[in-house]
Amino acid sequence: MLGYVLRRLLAAIPVLAIVAVLVFLMLRLTPGDPAAVIAGDNASSEQIAQVRHQLGLDQPLPAQFAIWIGNLARGDLGESFFFKKSIGELILGRIEPTLSLAAATMLIAICVAIPLGVVAAYRHGSWLDRIVMGVSVLGFSVPVFVIGYLMIYVFSITLGWFPVQGYQPLSGGFGGYLHRLVLPSLTLSVVYIALIARMTRASVLEVLTEDYIRTARAKGQVERKILFRHALKNAAVPIVTIVGIGIALLIGGVVVTESVFAIPGLGRLTVDAVLARDYPTIQALILLFSGVYVLINLLIDLTYGLFDPRIRQ
Amino acid sequence: MSATTSPVLEVENLAIALPGGGDRLRAVDGVSFTVAPGEIVCVVGESGSGKSVTAFSVMGLLARVLKPVAGAIRLLGEDVLSASPQRLRALRGDRMAMIFQEPMTALNPVLTVGDQIEEVLRIHTEFGAKERRAKVLAMLEAMHLPDPERMHASYPHQLSGGQRQRVMIAAALILDPALLIADEPTTALDVTTQAQILKLIREMQARRGTGVLFITHDFGVVAEIADRVVVMQRGRIVEQGPAAQVLGNPQHSYTKMLIAAVPTMTPATRPAPKGALALETAGLGKSYRSGGLFARTRTVQAAADVALRIRRGETVGIVGESGSGKSTVARCIARLIAPSEGQIMVGDQDIARLPERRLRPLRRTIQVVFQDPFRSLNPRRTVGASIVEGPVNFGTSPAAATARARELMSLVGLDPAALARYPHQFSGGQRQRIALARALAMEPEILIADEAVSALDVSVQRQVLALLDDVQRRFDLAILFITHDLRVAAQICDRLIVMQRGRIVEEGPTAEVFARPKAAYTRALIEAAPGREFGRGVEPTAEAVPA
Repeated sequence: MLGYVLRRLLAAIPVLAIVAVLVFLMLRLTPGDPAAVIAGDNASSEQIAQVRHQLGLDQPLPAQFAIWIGNLARGDLGESFFFKKSIGELILGRIEPTLSLAAATMLIAICVAIPLGVVAAYRHGSWLDRIVMGVSVLGFSVPVFVIGYLMIYVFSITLGWFPVQGYQPLSGGFGGYLHRLVLPSLTLSVVYIALIARMTRASVLEVLTEDYIRTARAKGQVERKILFRHALKNAAVPIVTIVGIGIALLIGGVVVTESVFAIPGLGRLTVDAVLARDYPTIQALILLFSGVYVLINLLIDLTYGLFDPRIRQ
Repeated sequence: MSATTSPVLEVENLAIALPGGGDRLRAVDGVSFTVAPGEIVCVVGESGSGKSVTAFSVMGLLARVLKPVAGAIRLLGEDVLSASPQRLRALRGDRMAMIFQEPMTALNPVLTVGDQIEEVLRIHTEFGAKERRAKVLAMLEAMHLPDPERMHASYPHQLSGGQRQRVMIAAALILDPALLIADEPTTALDVTTQAQILKLIREMQARRGTGVLFITHDFGVVAEIADRVVVMQRGRIVEQGPAAQVLGNPQHSYTKMLIAAVPTMTPATRPAPKGALALETAGLGKSYRSGGLFARTRTVQAAADVALRIRRGETVGIVGESGSGKSTVARCIARLIAPSEGQIMVGDQDIARLPERRLRPLRRTIQVVFQDPFRSLNPRRTVGASIVEGPVNFGTSPAAATARARELMSLVGLDPAALARYPHQFSGGQRQRIALARALAMEPEILIADEAVSALDVSVQRQVLALLDDVQRRFDLAILFITHDLRVAAQICDRLIVMQRGRIVEEGPTAEVFARPKAAYTRALIEAAPGREFGRGVEPTAEAVPA
């Protein structure tokens, strides 16, 4: 088991290396000069050249790449051009809102979607099933920002239950933290509820036709336990896959939600870094995101074994 | 069975409606029979006879579309058809229990074996965890399962088919039900395993006085285990009575036909084939290697040192149990998988290691008919398209190939107009005929039949075997016939090869192998064949006749 995890982590290194090269090149090849952005609109060409020299951007590309990779290997993500801070610190300061939002979103999605999917599968063909499936189509057809503004309009502006936007760190008290997290998480979770509910329904529906479900009935087992004890665990692998993909997509999706709800997380940091042509920060963020993707994939594969003993060996 | 004992099960005038569009209005109609304590009643019939529907209706496990519309089913005097769902659940697993055909799929793959047996106790009793565990371990012991402690913690995939069926029986009998329903419980098992499971069921029901309703299509099994026999055809009972009477002196024409269709264990006399050598293998072997850079390498020898010869016009059978390597050999010869070693001589060419490009022109020489007619034809293509595809790949014009397909359809006994239909519109036997027509369209010299009649009812099986014989003579085919069924092998094979654990343990003319088996394994196989006296013209032994 440990060997497997180690092997998978080793296998991630070439993936991350390729990502690093691509990100580095892509940024250098897109138009826009960070030195000009930093020096400001009124800077002379000498000033811009000086800034460029300070940032090391006047060196040849391979040399720039070597320096960056060398620093990375030592755990140094470099210094932000724009924020004038170590990128490590910058990310650490922004990671709590993003993680909170992602965790809360997935928690809501899983808690709502799985029971819905199971019940829809059990009562497949009924009006309940049709409503769940119909609403789920709506769920992933409507864009996140539309749902977001709708929720703000209904729950914040009209009903006044939740603040319109903003984020309060956990250190500022759990109540306030949660209060401000509810709307953005709900908004984000809509798509995942739809996706996970549909996958759960399809997967459970298939499992319900298996012989061992009939065996459980022949033992006199009640339907609730047949569904949640026998069927769901067998249906878990595709559900876990979709949840994993969901988490990965979610991290990409925070860029929009954090903008809509004005949450100072990694998504906002990414947007700001891109607008400022802040090369080192963008590079570090993208590398971080791809690392997270690789990690999530590994976690998904390990979770399979948790549910299915046949995969464990 | 004294007349005063009240039956554990009475089925009276049972009728179950089929949803519209079926081939008949009722799945079963006017079905009446009883099962006494300690008695084994076999319900026998072909697919579609309603035998399984009857069994499932007793358990209240019928599919929602099937509704009992008349009659009564009484378990220990209590009508289960009018029982509430709660009451039914209380009876299931406690007073009546069921075991199923496929032990591979009947157990939940993600729960431990011990957990699944204990579940019955958790549902129906107030026993504590310790007590439950002790009871389950005792039950595993009684099932003659090795190392009950380890078995308790095992998952189904770690067990063999026979062991899984023992686990199912343990779960079914742990609360001493009055009635055990067994739906084809040994059909998916090897003969030697089947013999052990039948013995176990007999041992358990005799010790506990359980009434057993045993569903089967296999008259060999009936002869082996039944006290009484109920014969069903198209939803109705055509004959019932004591086993000795029904098997020895059947009254109804359908029963007579079924019994006559069972291939006997006495090999048919066949003229010695004198055709030219069509296929010869030497030192043929296939091994699978697993593991990789970081894992320990494990080699499994699926087949080793297989030497066989087949002449034109000759049928050579390979018999053996699952894992014996018989299908591996067939697949190597057809080059569906690449052999690891040895030669496969077709004519004067060794095809064992030919690259695909040079192999392709030779592919039409060897054709295969597979076991499962429900999966071997593409469901989204018409059967005509499936038959014509091969010849067209080899340059025959579509028109000529279609004309040939029409001839072949008549040859295998089907209407040429049916070429435009899809596989699901045919029965299993018809599909197997189509699969044969598809193989013949390639004009092969060698035909491999891999368990080609194993999934068919006996009456259909007999027809397909006769058809195979017919096309063999017509096209002077060399046939390699892979089967686990000694009865079938006895009827169709000129020579027999017996395989065990990837190696040939015996070979010779079929009559010779049956009359004087040399290898201990061959003797064990013949011994284990259920009701082996049956079908040799010998009536079942006197012990099988209830007092």
